[in-house]
Amino acid sequence: MIEIQNLNVYIKDNHILKNVNVTLPEKQITCIIGPSGCGKSTLLRTLNRLIDTTEEVRLEGRIMVDGQDSLGHDAEVTELRRKIGLVSQRPCPLPMSIFDNVAYGCRINKMFKKRRELIYHVRQNLRAVGLLDEIKGRIRTPAARLSIGQQQRLCLARSLAVQPAYILADEATSALDPISAKTVEDLFVKLKEEYSIIMVTHTLRQALRIADNVVFMYLGEIIESGPAEQVFHHPQHELTQKYLAGAFS
Amino acid sequence: MLVLTLFSVLFVAVMFVGLYLKSAPVLEGKSVWTLLTASEWRPMKGEFGFFPFITGTLWATMVAILLALPVSLLTAIYLTEYAKPVVKKFVFPALDILAGLPSVIYGVWGVLVIVPWISQRVAPHFVEFSTGYTVMAAGIVLGVMVIPLLVSLFIEIFSSVPKELREASLSLGATRWQTTRRVVLRQTLPGIMASTVLAISRAMGETIAVLMVCGCVIGVPHGLLDACYPLPALIANNYGEMLSMPLYESALMFAALILFVVVLIFNLLSRMVLYRIEKKNA
Ligand SMILES: Nc1ncnc2c1ncn2[C@@H]1O[C@H](COP(=O)(O)OP(=O)(O)OP(=O)(O)O)[C@@H](O)[C@H]1O
Ligand SMILES: [Mg+2]
Repeated sequence: MIEIQNLNVYIKDNHILKNVNVTLPEKQITCIIGPSGCGKSTLLRTLNRLIDTTEEVRLEGRIMVDGQDSLGHDAEVTELRRKIGLVSQRPCPLPMSIFDNVAYGCRINKMFKKRRELIYHVRQNLRAVGLLDEIKGRIRTPAARLSIGQQQRLCLARSLAVQPAYILADEATSALDPISAKTVEDLFVKLKEEYSIIMVTHTLRQALRIADNVVFMYLGEIIESGPAEQVFHHPQHELTQKYLAGAFS
Repeated sequence: MLVLTLFSVLFVAVMFVGLYLKSAPVLEGKSVWTLLTASEWRPMKGEFGFFPFITGTLWATMVAILLALPVSLLTAIYLTEYAKPVVKKFVFPALDILAGLPSVIYGVWGVLVIVPWISQRVAPHFVEFSTGYTVMAAGIVLGVMVIPLLVSLFIEIFSSVPKELREASLSLGATRWQTTRRVVLRQTLPGIMASTVLAISRAMGETIAVLMVCGCVIGVPHGLLDACYPLPALIANNYGEMLSMPLYESALMFAALILFVVVLIFNLLSRMVLYRIEKKNA
């Protein structure tokens, strides 16, 4: 479980995230929605501390990940990032073979001693995203040769391979063709049995289809959050109503 | 565009032919192989052995690159992957200035600082006496000269690596150094090699700075503390006086031809390696 408490994020002198308080439950899909520029990506990047790579950023508040403050001074950032996987908007295969892409994180985290175990694990994760059969015989070829949709599934397999508990997805299907998008979306639904998934999406239809929980953000604030059914069908806040109405019509 | 490309290719060919014709007289007397491997250099008697100059060139260049490559790589990595923007703001202009300094300045610096340092501090540990005008001095001066060039090239190459790629690696729990080593360096390997070849070509062709510190003693250098006499220095030093001896002029032209061919071979080799790497990755 991730509990965000009084989170404030400043970049340079801009107040990007304003007093964010929300709990992201386990083994469910939480969709973050909101207009462009409201801070959705920033929130995701704060969760796995990728925000650290941004210049002149200041973080306040606490993010309790399984009971430990990930913003604390003693937080192990690399371990945190292993635990919270990220799938980005544009698939971004590493400059190496398909196999090495998936094996990369395992090698970094020294997960296996025996080569045989590593190979088995890599194949397992490629199978989980439905790639293993598609790429038969090409596992040692450069990942860049895959189609965009396949690349995105490879990125997902790569994230799964380091055995995270959470998966962040930032518009992970928006750069894909409709069929690939559907495949990846279905994968997320399947994966929520084992992982807690937090995804940003611009397609409300998608959120409607797969979200268990919804967080609506506006100008850096969380306006409303709760079970999907409630937020979509009985929105409490006027802004949420407007946003849903505008986007649905 | 095509015309211009053809023109530049043609230009290289014309230069080659020109140098070849000019060096024909010296080639008439002896075979190319003899000229390249002989060590005797007596212009008066018509004996021209280029081996000392070729080895001198290779030695100085090798020392320079061995020195410059790690320093430049680490500097560029630090500046692109670790340094705060403030640091970059001061270092980048400084690099540009260093890269633009005339080579004679580096030569003067070598004579005033490096040569005495070698002669007084380094050499006494190994040999009885050294003037300091050595392979080592030439290598250091050349190395320092190509560092700004290499650093600028490397920075440009590393900056071209998309941010998302680094973030993909970091997201899997990699440290910054692991990301640099396994992703950034891997992605940019072809560029790093191409830049290195460029630096090697620069170092091989550099004349004035080397001439000032290499010692200009004809002989095959056997170590860092021997003097050397690279090809460009040979040409520059003797170009005026050789006019009286036709064979001498021809010999110097042949020296230029050797330099030309060596640099060309280097570039072609690197092209081939680059092509291989790119084909493997794409
Ligand atoms: N590195 C940065 N420097 C300055 N401002 C930034 C930086 N990164 C993000 N911002 C600002 O933070 C705000 C939130 O950005 P963010 O990318 O989180 O929005 P978003 O909700 O993901 O938008 P989109 O839906 O378009 O992806 C924006 O106003 C943006 O301009
Ligand atoms: Mg975004």
